[in-house]
Amino acid sequence: MATRQAPLMPESVLQSDVLEVNLGPQHPSTHGVFRMIASLDGETIVKLKPCFGYMHRNHEQIAEGITYIASFPYTDRLDYLCSMTNNFGLAVAIEKLGGIPISERGEYIRVIMAELTRLVNHTAVTGFLLNDMGAFGTPLLYAFREREKILDLFESASGSRMMCNYIRPGGVREDVTDAWLDRARGIVREYPRFLDEFEKLLRDNEIVRQRTQNVGVLPKDLAVSASITGPMLRATGVNYDIRKVDGYSIYPRFNFKVPLGSIGDVFDRYYVRVLEMRESLKILEQALKDIPKTSPHLSPKGQAMGKAPRTFKPAKGEAYGRIESPKGELGFFLVSDGTPRPYRYHVRAPSFINLTILEDMCLGHKVADAIVILGSVDIVLGEVDR
Amino acid sequence: MSAENSVAPAESISRERSASSSGNDARLGQRTTPLGLGVIQGMLITLRQFTGTYPVGRWLLRLLRLDKGDGLVTISYPEVKQQHDERFRYFPFLVYDGTKDNLRCVACRICEQECPPQCIHIVMQKDEKGSPVKAHGRTLPKTFDIDVSICMSCRICVDVCPFDAIEMDNTYEHANYARGREMVMDKDRLLKSNEYFQKIKPSESAVVDARMGAKKAKEDAAAAAAAAPKPAAPGAPEAKV
Amino acid sequence: MLLPVEELKTTLEQLLPGLTLTVENSVLVVPPAQLTGVARCLKDTERFRLDYLSNLAAIDYPPERIEVIYHLYSMAHKHGPVILKVKLPRENPTVESMVPVWRGAEFQEREAYDLYGVKFDGHPDLRRILMWDEFEGYPMRKDYKHEDQDALDGNPSGSAHA
Repeated sequence: MATRQAPLMPESVLQSDVLEVNLGPQHPSTHGVFRMIASLDGETIVKLKPCFGYMHRNHEQIAEGITYIASFPYTDRLDYLCSMTNNFGLAVAIEKLGGIPISERGEYIRVIMAELTRLVNHTAVTGFLLNDMGAFGTPLLYAFREREKILDLFESASGSRMMCNYIRPGGVREDVTDAWLDRARGIVREYPRFLDEFEKLLRDNEIVRQRTQNVGVLPKDLAVSASITGPMLRATGVNYDIRKVDGYSIYPRFNFKVPLGSIGDVFDRYYVRVLEMRESLKILEQALKDIPKTSPHLSPKGQAMGKAPRTFKPAKGEAYGRIESPKGELGFFLVSDGTPRPYRYHVRAPSFINLTILEDMCLGHKVADAIVILGSVDIVLGEVDR
Repeated sequence: MSAENSVAPAESISRERSASSSGNDARLGQRTTPLGLGVIQGMLITLRQFTGTYPVGRWLLRLLRLDKGDGLVTISYPEVKQQHDERFRYFPFLVYDGTKDNLRCVACRICEQECPPQCIHIVMQKDEKGSPVKAHGRTLPKTFDIDVSICMSCRICVDVCPFDAIEMDNTYEHANYARGREMVMDKDRLLKSNEYFQKIKPSESAVVDARMGAKKAKEDAAAAAAAAPKPAAPGAPEAKV
Repeated sequence: MLLPVEELKTTLEQLLPGLTLTVENSVLVVPPAQLTGVARCLKDTERFRLDYLSNLAAIDYPPERIEVIYHLYSMAHKHGPVILKVKLPRENPTVESMVPVWRGAEFQEREAYDLYGVKFDGHPDLRRILMWDEFEGYPMRKDYKHEDQDALDGNPSGSAHA
């Protein structure tokens, strides 16, 4: 009698199934109330759908009911880590729409604030990376301690650490004193020392390299087609920085480089951000040196607009103003119908659009990698959901 | 170095190529320490920060010349409170000159209309017939409520007030055990004197005082010109050519 | 250097016979049926290479139409913007999806569908993105009725607060 080997475990009994798991919305590492519906085969991701809208506050419809100036405090709360650049974007769009001239000193102050914001944002994001990878908050708080120095600068200038509401169409709301400029110069002098230490933590640490290199690779053409902008795009090797391409504000006067990556993985994105911080310091040095002393901080038309917002009735038309915020291209699309309130107000949020290829980057990786990849996309839910 | 030709002054920093043996180099961020030492270096940074939080440790670091000036930055609130800058803003208050009934607010309601989250509610003081009551030559508000839970400290009410009647205060301890009435600051709790304003914000109040002084001087001059006796009118009427 | 809008219009009409475009304030208004053809032409022609869709927004003009506006830039040649617009009837606004041309349109079209009700044919996954899935109505249309928020309405010194 031939011995027939009975199958120990028939296929139908031990069939592996795809497990659907919710990553979020309450999760300490998803950078806000963000939910990812991941289908897992074992620990590997086979499908990942981002699901957001938990922080939708209908910013666009609120803005249709209030004047242009009254939208500025709401833009602070879009990307709540970088409030100055949000204000800057709306100011650029309103100036385009209404033809408001900008004062010279106002331009310099805006650029200083924008680059300080870039430092603030990139420091925070790099600190969060180390937190996401399990360092339990210590390097994050080193980063935040440096960030606090810049936030104190913002408080001295605008009155508030994070919700600054400072930049206005035509310049800035209030002038900065010489003492403030000296403090800013001091911080710009001290920052590279912190950056060196932080860069060492990132570059030489074997754990960080193992977990970030060749993880979440994004090819160049997919990045361009998916409308990715910001450090995420430049890490793939595409040289597109709106400060250089559009040359808005007074950026063409400054001498700075655009760091590019090559592979487009998580490590490249973080390293591009560290290099961008160094370039921001260069711009800050130049701006703090060249700032004019005698020009007003706000052009007369801007002053009139701030004092009596309802008298600003731009001509009918549309305008799309965009800036290079630390996260990517932040654009404001305004449609005016001749009344003091916008007819249509749309925010082109970089975090929202950068999430398009989250699934493509995460496929084939493990769950822990998905958290690290999400951290490298650098989202802020205030901007994603508006 | 790759540089795009189409944008003239754009210089880009690409990855540095290195003649290294391992595979995935020729990219950003070349390692500078031998393998294995990176984690140790990170831990040394943590050790240095940890030692620096204690006075003995700081002395030790200074001895070893490793002190970089960063250390314990935590302030133990509420025993020690952080000193904020002059411009720090949190919640508005109404300014009065001298006595509480000499408040600058005339209940024009511009701040109520311009407030983005609509947290201000004003009712003008009116008599039984419905016409406004005047004090010190100005109308005044009967109720002036600002809801602490709604106000977002944006300072737009201050920007648009034509009478410099509302300014930003810097007290932030408004916490309460209940919502509703306790979280609404009414006119009495909002009224603070001009001396208080000068104490908390010297340079801003100096600008406001100068502006109000100039306005008052202009008004006084106009009143004096109107009250001055007319020059002796000539008998013949003026002939218009 | 990007061509000015009139030249863009004549060039496109030459490249795609049967196309009629109109120009309004430096915006190219495209008939909805020919949008994909124009988009592919703008993306693939070497002279334009408009490979980057920066912004896609819907605008409501009751009672006649809803417009969808596209801002296009070029990352290859660093020029732009070229602004396209389609005008859709308000009862059933439908237009071809731009996702096969520019992947970045995916979330922005979902947002236009969610908030304005514009349907995009050919979109891989057209469902609500910011509002919850069972929500009914299109909140950002001008005739949307808001629910009564009595907690934040009216005078807090009166009756509204708990």
